Amino acid sequence: MTTTTTTPPEDPPASPPALTLLFHRARANMRQYGMLIALVFLVVLFQIWTDGTLLLPNNVSNLIQQNSYILILAMGMMIVIIAGHIDLSVGSLVAFVGAMAAVLMVKHDLPWVPALLLSLLIGAVAGAWQGFFIAYLGIPSFIVTLAGMLLFRGATQIVLEGQSLAPFPDGFQDLAKGFLPEVGPYTQYHNPTLALGLCAVVLLLLREWRQRTRQLALALDVLPTGLWVARCTALTAAVVAFTLTLASFHGVPVVMLLMGGLLLILGHVMRNAVVGRHVYALGGNKAAAQLSGVKDKRITFAVFVTMGVLAALAGCVYAARLNAGTPQAGLNFELEAIAASFIGGASMSGGVGTVMGAVIGGLVLGVLNNGMSLVGIGTDYQQVIKGLVLLAAVGFDVWNKRRAGR
Amino acid sequence: MTRPVGEPLPTAGRPRPVLEMRAITKTFPGVTALCDVHLTVRAGEIHAVCGENGAGKSTLMKVLSGVYPHGSYGGEIRFEGEPVAFKDIRASEQRGIVIIHQELALVPQLSIAENIFLGNEQRSARGTIDWNATYREASRLLERVGLREKPQTPVAELGVGQQQLVEIAKALAKEVKLLILDEPTAALNDQDSAHLLELILQLRAHGVSGIVISHKLNEIRAIADSVTILRDGRTIETLTVRQATSTAPELSEERLIRGMVGRDLDHRFPDRAPYRGEDADQVALAVGGWTVRHPVDHRRTVVDQVSLTVRRGEIVGLAGLMGAGRTELAMSVFGRSYGQYVAGTVAVGGREVDTRTVPAAIAAGLAYVTEDRKRYGLNLLDTLQRNVSLASLPRMRRHDAGRRHGMRGFVDEHHERRVAEHYRTALHIKTPTVAEQVGRLSGGNQQKVVLSRWIHADPQVLILDEPTRGIDVGAKYEIYTVIGELAARGKAVLFLSSELPELLGMCDRIYTMAEGRLTGEVSRTEATQEVLMRHMTLRRTTRNGS
Repeated sequence: MTTTTTTPPEDPPASPPALTLLFHRARANMRQYGMLIALVFLVVLFQIWTDGTLLLPNNVSNLIQQNSYILILAMGMMIVIIAGHIDLSVGSLVAFVGAMAAVLMVKHDLPWVPALLLSLLIGAVAGAWQGFFIAYLGIPSFIVTLAGMLLFRGATQIVLEGQSLAPFPDGFQDLAKGFLPEVGPYTQYHNPTLALGLCAVVLLLLREWRQRTRQLALALDVLPTGLWVARCTALTAAVVAFTLTLASFHGVPVVMLLMGGLLLILGHVMRNAVVGRHVYALGGNKAAAQLSGVKDKRITFAVFVTMGVLAALAGCVYAARLNAGTPQAGLNFELEAIAASFIGGASMSGGVGTVMGAVIGGLVLGVLNNGMSLVGIGTDYQQVIKGLVLLAAVGFDVWNKRRAGR
Repeated sequence: MTRPVGEPLPTAGRPRPVLEMRAITKTFPGVTALCDVHLTVRAGEIHAVCGENGAGKSTLMKVLSGVYPHGSYGGEIRFEGEPVAFKDIRASEQRGIVIIHQELALVPQLSIAENIFLGNEQRSARGTIDWNATYREASRLLERVGLREKPQTPVAELGVGQQQLVEIAKALAKEVKLLILDEPTAALNDQDSAHLLELILQLRAHGVSGIVISHKLNEIRAIADSVTILRDGRTIETLTVRQATSTAPELSEERLIRGMVGRDLDHRFPDRAPYRGEDADQVALAVGGWTVRHPVDHRRTVVDQVSLTVRRGEIVGLAGLMGAGRTELAMSVFGRSYGQYVAGTVAVGGREVDTRTVPAAIAAGLAYVTEDRKRYGLNLLDTLQRNVSLASLPRMRRHDAGRRHGMRGFVDEHHERRVAEHYRTALHIKTPTVAEQVGRLSGGNQQKVVLSRWIHADPQVLILDEPTRGIDVGAKYEIYTVIGELAARGKAVLFLSSELPELLGMCDRIYTMAEGRLTGEVSRTEATQEVLMRHMTLRRTTRNGS
């Protein structure tokens, strides 16, 4: 019998072969990797099918702007689902916040910046309202947000008196339709976009490098050098191709910067912040999380406030895109966001998923929508196909888990 | 090395085999779970299957019961003399092979009778459920298993032991010929266990053969006729437990353990090094006058005026029968996670501390390792790494000596992974990587993950609630070693267990509880199973409350 030591050992732990490691890591995120592959496959499919229209610079810009509000909602929905809850009210909240923004700007002539901030605050309050019932009174989120769905939809119609309110100031509209302004001399490309792309590449490589050196310093096992170089090359190529595509049209859409920032912040918080980890723990096993010192009520409350703010942001972007606050805005958005989350790796039982996964899931739906419209498939068939994709994505995951679990 | 004591089974002159599993091989991608396993159960015998966790016992039973359908494994199964090929559980049940799992599979909201005939409903001529027949048959079956409850009683109102009896009644309703019990007494108290074992023997007398998977070696000796030992997916040997005519010595626990772990365990408990710090005699944990009421029924006092102390470097046992209030006391002290607090104080290191919430209790230096790791301990979907770090996330920042630390409130994943790797090696957690889902690990390894979490939280006082429940002998020894080392490093350990031998083997002092009250304190030298049992069964002279 060897004796156990409980003081940190100096010698590095025995590392299994790198490929085994890779396999295990890939399996843990099977659905997300699977969906990334599916996304690439869809892009290639429609690129060929549409004779190259899908990836034309203007269509890529369009694709991003068209799906921005769903992606913002999906990021929040993913967090809610990881925490073991659901939010059915976000579609109605999108409409309500859009309506309030319209009232503030059109009826009361408020400048767009304070109006936007007030709108986000309204979202936070709405989220806090629902979060209070869910976290502190223990009412199931399905019920509370179902009530919220009716409540906010009704409130929208009351506020708007059944009418659409328009138009919004230009600055506000740019939220959904604007691009980063061009500066500098004329090149074939959009200069600030090129600069941003370059920054992204440099930061990306720097991060990869720092992670690798730190892993080596801590004697943790790392990817083999060849694979790591391949990974870096692939990432760089993807960013460069994307940058050039955008830069040959109007440049980076404003809303993309917004989404990029959200993805970075929310992704980092969920992965590396203590509160983020507590969300996973809570969704995975509430009792165990409580006994490990997780402040469950506070975390649940915070999750719904976050969802409220994100729904408000999505509401503003959507209203800006329509250039109107309308009573019918955001219809079924909650279902799109939930679908995106599940396609992107969420689990019905909570505790699993990543913010990046929600974005991938949202993009799968977005590319399907856009591609099918381009090739002229009617909306009736589009619905059928999207339903089947959702079923197939989750079905594949369940099948894969069952196979691995034996 | 001594020679094996058990005799190989003679083949002639014994009852015919009811079940023969020959050369069973079952592989999963990358793993061979079973390799050339043989198992022969004779008519009217109780056959025990034992082996460490991960030895392949459950896989073998899943092959037998059709969970893994015919064709997904190699080898042959013969039942009552003819080859069988089950495609699912229903098929095996139709032949009279019924498996009762460790985790009971009853629907709590349904009545006993409904549960017994679930999937096997008593039908009338019109195809609807015949309730009269259902209740009549259920009553008959309940009588047979010795459960005095009405068939209409919802299962949720029954205790674990009674639910187990309902499971057996359900098996009898299917005209069982071969009953498989997976760890049947793992969750039962001594009295219920004794009743269950008695029932198994009665069923044997009525011609029901049985396979019992058990970790409790004394039980195997009490009821089994023969025992097959599995190790690493292979049959090691089949031994006879009782031989009326043989002069062979009785099968000893040591003999069984040697077969299971493949080596001698001279002592089942590791030697402990004493803690030699300057503050060795300092009281680390002092609980005073702790009183707790039942969370729902506020008239019931579950923990009554309990005061105890644990010194640094000391392992103190807390013994008690089921319902004595041990877990309730521990959980209540740990952030008032159970019941309604009435009175009492907690002092850590001589200073009274606030333990009103779990975060406060952790900050005060307490740690509680739950008895039910699946329900209260682990996030089974998440990785080993994240399960280990959960209770010490705020400290998982960058730890480069002399260099800038990471941002407050954020976790450095590299450091986190290093910590997880450390515990994986130090506690011998069997998994290829720390990125493995905890749900895929065996029970013993899962327990080590929970322990790792709380060791890394670096508490002054560790409250361990049944830390070796449901895990095998080898893993138990490793966990005892870890506990011993914690004490040797100056941690105070409060060790709750219903297995008296492990308390006797590990503890410096043992407190006993009965009906929510402390009934005794016994030092290591005075403690014997008899003494402890006497204290644990002390009854109150006057009952309070009703």
